[in-house]
This record gives sequence, C-alpha cells and structure tokens, in this order.
Amino acid sequence: MIVASAFVDTFRFVADNPGFLATKALEQVELSAAALGIALALALPLGVVLGHVHRGSFVAIGASIVGRALPILVLIGVFLTVLGIGFVNNMVALAVLGTGPILTNTYEGVDRVDRDVVEAARGMGMTPLQILKAVELPLALPLLFTGLQVAAVTIVATAPVASVAGGGGLGDIIVNQASYRLSGVLAASVCVMALSAAVYLGLAGLQRAVTPRGLRRTSVGTVPIRKEQL
Amino acid sequence: MGGGGGPVIPDFGQGDSCVRGDHTFCWSWVHEHWSDTLGPALWEHVELTAIAVVIGFAIAFPLALLAHRYRRLEPPLGTVSALLYTIPSIALFQILVPFTGITWTSVEIALVAYTLVILFPNIVAGLRSAPEDVIEAARGMGLTRRQVLLRIELPLALPAIVAGLRIAVVSTVSIGTIAAFLLPKGLGYPIFVALANPTPFKTEIYAAGGLAVALALACDAMLVGLRRVLAPWSKLERA
Repeated sequence: MIVASAFVDTFRFVADNPGFLATKALEQVELSAAALGIALALALPLGVVLGHVHRGSFVAIGASIVGRALPILVLIGVFLTVLGIGFVNNMVALAVLGTGPILTNTYEGVDRVDRDVVEAARGMGMTPLQILKAVELPLALPLLFTGLQVAAVTIVATAPVASVAGGGGLGDIIVNQASYRLSGVLAASVCVMALSAAVYLGLAGLQRAVTPRGLRRTSVGTVPIRKEQL
Repeated sequence: MGGGGGPVIPDFGQGDSCVRGDHTFCWSWVHEHWSDTLGPALWEHVELTAIAVVIGFAIAFPLALLAHRYRRLEPPLGTVSALLYTIPSIALFQILVPFTGITWTSVEIALVAYTLVILFPNIVAGLRSAPEDVIEAARGMGLTRRQVLLRIELPLALPAIVAGLRIAVVSTVSIGTIAAFLLPKGLGYPIFVALANPTPFKTEIYAAGGLAVALALACDAMLVGLRRVLAPWSKLERA
C-alpha cells in the first residue's frame, strides 16, 4: 500500500516538475564536476609522480584511509567556519572526499607497473618522461579509472548532504521534505541514483575509449569501490 | 544553558568570553558540555556503528558463502549492492520513515544496507583468493568441500574480510553522522545543531567532528590489530 502510493506519487512529482528537477540536477552536476576537477588536479599529478619514483606509499595509501574517516558532514561544517556558506565550501568539502581514491589508485596503478617492462623501455633508450608517457601511464589506466569512478560516484551520491549548508542541487529537495514531501525526496533520490549510474557508465566508456587497443583485454571490468577496498 | 538532558544549542550570550565571542576553539565549552552533549553523542555513535556492523556482517557473511558456493548468484547480488551505494544516505534515512518511523530502526536499516555493499564483495573476493592448486591439493588429500571451506578458504579469506570490516566500520562512523538528520543521536547531532545557528558555533563543530574522525581512526587501528592476531601470516599489505 505505502509502497504503491509512494511509487505513484513519485512518478507524479517527476511528471509535474521535470524542469525543476532538471535545473537542480544541473546544479548538482556543476558542483560535483567542480569538486571532481579540484580533486583530480590535486591527486592525479601527485599520484603519478609518487608512483613513478616509487616513494611516498605512506602518503598515497594513507590518503584513502584518512579520507574515508572524514565524514562529509564534518568537512562541510569545518569548511563552513572558514569559507562561509555556499558553493565554495561544499565544492572544497566534496573535493577532499574525492582526493583519497584518486590519489591511492593512481599511485598504485603507476607503482605496480611491471619493473621488467620499465627496464626494457629504459634499455630501448627511452627517457624517464617518455617511459612515464608511453609505458607507465597507459598500463596504469585501468586502476586510474577505477579511482576516478569511485571518486566521481562518491561525490555525486554525497553531494545532497551539501544542501544542509546552502549547497544547491538535488539535495535542496532531499533535505526539504517539509516542502516537497516524500514524493519529492524519492524523485530527487532517483535522479541522484541515475546521475551516479550515468557518471559510472560514462567513465567506463571513456576508459574503454582511451585504453590502447593492445591493453583492452587486460582491463577487467570492475565494480565501483571494489579496488579501493582491497 | 539549556537543559532537559539533550544537546544544547550554544547560546552566545552565556558562558565565558571565549564562548560568547565564538573563538576558534573553546576548551571551556568542551569541558562544560562533555557530560551533557559530547559524551552521550560519542557513546550513541559507538552503539550505532557497532549494531550496524554486527548485523551487516551477520547478513553479508552467509550471503557471501552462498555466492561463493553458487557462483551464478554473485552478479545479481553484486549489482544490487552497487545500486544501494548510489542512494544518497541523507535520502535513504527519510525514505525508510513511512515504513519504520523516525526511529533507531530506520537509522540502523540504512546503515546496515551500506555495510552490506562493502562487506559482501570483500568477503566473496576473500573466499576466492585461495590459490587453485592449494584447493586441488586439499581435494587430493581427501578433504570434503566443507573441510576445504573451513580449513583453507576461510582462513585464507581472513585478511580480505578484515579489510572489508575496516572500510565498513569507518564508513559507518562517517555515514552515522548523517543519521542525526533524522534522529537527534550520535556525533552528527551537535554538528547539525551548530550549523543551524545563524553563525555556526565553531567549537561544537570542531569538537564533535574531531571525535567522529578520532573514533573512525581508532576503530580502524583496532581492526588492523585484530588482523595481526587472527592472521599473523598475512604481511601487512598496504591499505
């Protein structure tokens, strides 16, 4: 009974407010993309460099552990006291969330490239930069993308919490059940889930597109979050 | 300030000069409100997390054994758990209210769901980690399927299981803060209260947030220690 009527109401909400949901979804995409961009800009170069020189595993691995231990609510609260309410605060808090998985997986990806392959490349006269570009990065791609997927899905699925601090996005509907009722909350949640799934699948497609053909066989499909867990 | 036992909205007009001026961090406030706000919230958070992880494990473990035995079950179970992960926590807590009300039960159901997402794939991966030839050898020695499971696959799965537990516990502590959106319990509540002020009260955010992070890291360290005891052969592989 409850389930059926909630289902119907949710559909009705979507049918009645497609524009509103789309606007909010777009806001959320903006917020998430900005956060992911910052996380990438910070974590990707650092992970690549640390992996290339095989140093700093403590930092690279510790980043995930510490990152996971930082609740988004705490991040939002703490940054709020520094950056004030709104977009910037939430963007930074979500970026912190995405940094851990990207850093760890990038580091692991580059660090674990077969040493023999790297030696062979060096023997062929490649410079360190050439080795990084032509050997290590392509071989690290599968793990790198796993990190990116974990970070992106986590950011998109967590972004609604940002609305407790004036975040914008679908969370505005989710945290305001008083105005939008349960049907609105459900409809917005379904939108968030669809966004997360789209981001996940989109990145999987992108990974396939940028992986050199010779390596495609080796990049096994991965469930989100799994790599980070092991 | 305040009363009635529950956490109190800090009143900038009272307390010492540090609290009145909302300085960066007021030890005096922490000291004064440990017994009525921070202490109980910390304890509630421990309870919240422990219940969720214990129930989550009790569900995930048999499911993983089933998926290990009947491999066809893994893809559907894996997909369901991956889908669960994309439900925003702040929404899931509310979605459960029509069924179980604004109760501890709603909070726990949501938290248990998230632990399943983490525990199930990790336990399955652990059970799969026994090398094929080791299992062959055991079979050759005449061990039954059950003996192979109990004496070989399970012990070898221990490191992966503990790794899954670490992530599950830390994530539950983390998501548990959001439970306070529904129920005035746990370390999230003081933070929500502080955020509800026109000027968020810094000390309360820092103190409750710091406790949440410390709790997560302490649990993580404890599980690392547990693995050393349970599976001393597993060299501390990174992360």
